[in-house]
Amino acid sequence: MKHLLILGAGTAGTMVANRMVKKLPQKEWQVTVVDPDTTHLYQPGLLFLPFGNHEESELVRPRAATLDDRVEWKQRTVLEIDSQARSVVLDDGERLAYDLLVIASGSRIRPDLTEGLLGDAWQRSVFDFYTLDGAVKLRDALAKFRGGKLVINLVELPIKCPVAPLEFAFLADEFFVRQGIRDEVELTYVTPLDGAFTKPIASKRLGHLLHEKNVKVETEFAVGSVTDHELVSFDERRVPFDLLVTIPTHTGAAFVERSGLGNELAFIPTDKHSLAAKGLDNVFVVGDATDVPASKAGSVAHFEAETLIENLERAATGRALASTFDGHANCFVETGGGKALLIDFNYDVEPLPGKYPLPGLGPFSLLEESKLNHQGKLAFRWIYWNGLLPGKPIPVPAQMSLAGKEQPDAP
Amino acid sequence: MATKTYGGVAVEVDDEGFLKKAAEWTPEVAKAIAAEVGIPTLTDKHWKVLEFARTDTASQGQSPGPRRIVASAGVSMKELYELFPKGPGKLVARVAGVPKPKACL
Repeated sequence: MKHLLILGAGTAGTMVANRMVKKLPQKEWQVTVVDPDTTHLYQPGLLFLPFGNHEESELVRPRAATLDDRVEWKQRTVLEIDSQARSVVLDDGERLAYDLLVIASGSRIRPDLTEGLLGDAWQRSVFDFYTLDGAVKLRDALAKFRGGKLVINLVELPIKCPVAPLEFAFLADEFFVRQGIRDEVELTYVTPLDGAFTKPIASKRLGHLLHEKNVKVETEFAVGSVTDHELVSFDERRVPFDLLVTIPTHTGAAFVERSGLGNELAFIPTDKHSLAAKGLDNVFVVGDATDVPASKAGSVAHFEAETLIENLERAATGRALASTFDGHANCFVETGGGKALLIDFNYDVEPLPGKYPLPGLGPFSLLEESKLNHQGKLAFRWIYWNGLLPGKPIPVPAQMSLAGKEQPDAP
Repeated sequence: MATKTYGGVAVEVDDEGFLKKAAEWTPEVAKAIAAEVGIPTLTDKHWKVLEFARTDTASQGQSPGPRRIVASAGVSMKELYELFPKGPGKLVARVAGVPKPKACL
């Protein structure tokens, strides 16, 4: 019996396990996933939860219910990968040999990497919304907030769902308007980049949103430390807050660090077109765990999975790998007031205006606010549980298409 | 397409003054851009950072952030801010002739 071993059963790992178990001959291959958590979390819902729009129970499902019955699930933590011995060591000492290994262990927030972030103010006036626990506690804090300075800070890149901090700012504006206290709240978005929008066409088309929603922006702010009432940058600038929503530094899994396989943030050097781990035979990386210059987002994991599944089949039969992943990402971006934008881009093409997925028809509008885009974002939760995770075909091409997009005038 | 002359070399730049083609970069271009952004002299440490930024961008397909520079170019975060004051990510990229660090929007 040969073994396909998948480390992590988040969006990417679950999708790949459920699809590979149907592709590989069952008499020859065993598909095993390793993940210590007993539940699967629908991460896009964490954006809405702090504003009281979702219950916790709506965002989680038992892990077992998300995996095909033929997939073996080890509910254990990975200690390390021993690529020389082609095996993975678990926390109880068990060694799992692999013929093919997929690392899908995602990214996690690391507030411990910023001085002072985990101080007395943590979860009292400083919150994250990238964990279920953080999002729930932030919801309770927002419900009690009566006004003052609310600061949203992204510490450094890369982070998962890079648009979420901006969406949070827009939804916070709407939330406080609804509460009747918008005038009492000063909203500030603090970013290490040189703007809330950094790509030329998006900046031109969307810059007005920040002004309309009265969100102040503090740019090129690299947080050196955090006290219980202010952010302090490496170059000694200060931003005071009453409530801080932090998006801390992200790193890959602890076992990646222990195995010495990651870069400075424990993301794994990965071929950006084939998803093979660089320098390791029969090892692939998918989703947030890679170091490829694509967004860390569920849609990217989905599009990567198309290339990965092809390449796992090729590797299983000794054929050359395909280099088909183009960095494609496709994300709904909430702008508040029941509207959203849609963006579609890849390694080489920045988000452009137009219609999606059908050229000229849509129904979704690219880089433009619409109510339908918002409905699309909400509908996606059903598609995630019932289509994407079980590995059913989703009628969206894996590679980005320029059809339906308005290209800027040639210089 | 805008063209600017740095250190006697005509290079293509975008609206914000970043080089469009990394291949048009030369050390002389770097010195001239550095002078323009308020760094009168490029020391050995500056060059180490710039060389890392160029090779890393070529291999990774995106320009490195401050943490990555510090991890690999042999300077501390404090030094990096002294070498490239206010926003080293963007300044390093500008002088190294690579694209500025971006998010997805």
